[in-house]
Amino acid sequence: MRVLVLGMGMVIGGALLAGSAAPRGNAARGGDLYRTKCGACHSLDNNRVGPAHRGVVGRRSGTAPGFRYSRALSSSNIVWTPANLDRWLTAPTLMVPGTAMGFRLASPQDRADVIAYLQQNGSAR
Amino acid sequence: MIEIPHSSRRSVLTGGVTTLSAAGLVALLGGSLPAEARQSNRPGQDVQLLNAALALEHEGIAAYQIAAESGLLSADILKVGIAFQSHHKTHRDDLATAIRRLGGQAAASKSTAEYAAALGVSALKTQNDVLKLALGLERGAANAYLGLIPSLEATEFHLLSARIAGDEAFHAAILGNVLNEPIPQTAPIFG
Repeated sequence: MRVLVLGMGMVIGGALLAGSAAPRGNAARGGDLYRTKCGACHSLDNNRVGPAHRGVVGRRSGTAPGFRYSRALSSSNIVWTPANLDRWLTAPTLMVPGTAMGFRLASPQDRADVIAYLQQNGSAR
Repeated sequence: MIEIPHSSRRSVLTGGVTTLSAAGLVALLGGSLPAEARQSNRPGQDVQLLNAALALEHEGIAAYQIAAESGLLSADILKVGIAFQSHHKTHRDDLATAIRRLGGQAAASKSTAEYAAALGVSALKTQNDVLKLALGLERGAANAYLGLIPSLEATEFHLLSARIAGDEAFHAAILGNVLNEPIPQTAPIFG
């Protein structure tokens, strides 16, 4: 019985940990966050201070057409999966030292929402 | 009250306001390379980040220039835009000075036509359109500078970034007020 309780506790704890590592994203809220927190440098369709973001989820790093990347990001060879985008938005300079992107999005929920918004805008217009 | 220099609108907007930058930043930074930057294993990291911020300021200066020349702004709004543009020129100069002190090369501005295309200014038809674009850029810039702080290695640049963020937040508040945007009901408003 004691083993069963311990086992159930581990399962529940694991589920909670998994949940806290990857909160469910809300694309609508992510759109608002994208405009207010990312919009100084980025847009979906135009290269600005940073590259255009439409279709970024699943794209290889350093490959947005027409954008001039830092040497560090050009050679980083990362695929922008949701998990990698979460790491990137958490601390880009720790993930790719030498990158020109320094903006950090501290809240896991905010990151999940922005990533959900980017996923929603995955294909060309 | 905002004072506008006694020269033509175009020359005011293109002339540059650079007086604060060199003296102000040297005083701010103590006139030597920040200790964290000297000791950093990644001496170019802050240069990269400050250059991205500089690119943001170049774009902001161009945006206000395009707005001023659009013919869409009333005289009073134009005065505000000129004042805000001058703030961005000071930010530009402070960032460029910091980059050069770290041994880096300050990023150059692009052409006005490139900024106009990237910002989609051809869609702007009214003064409110212009103000909404400016508000989005200023609000985003305030958040960008705050979000940049933990990535900057030298604490001196944390202060520089925070000071610029304050200016951008001020701009956003003024623009939001002009546009009759409701006051945010929850804090923090930025960051």
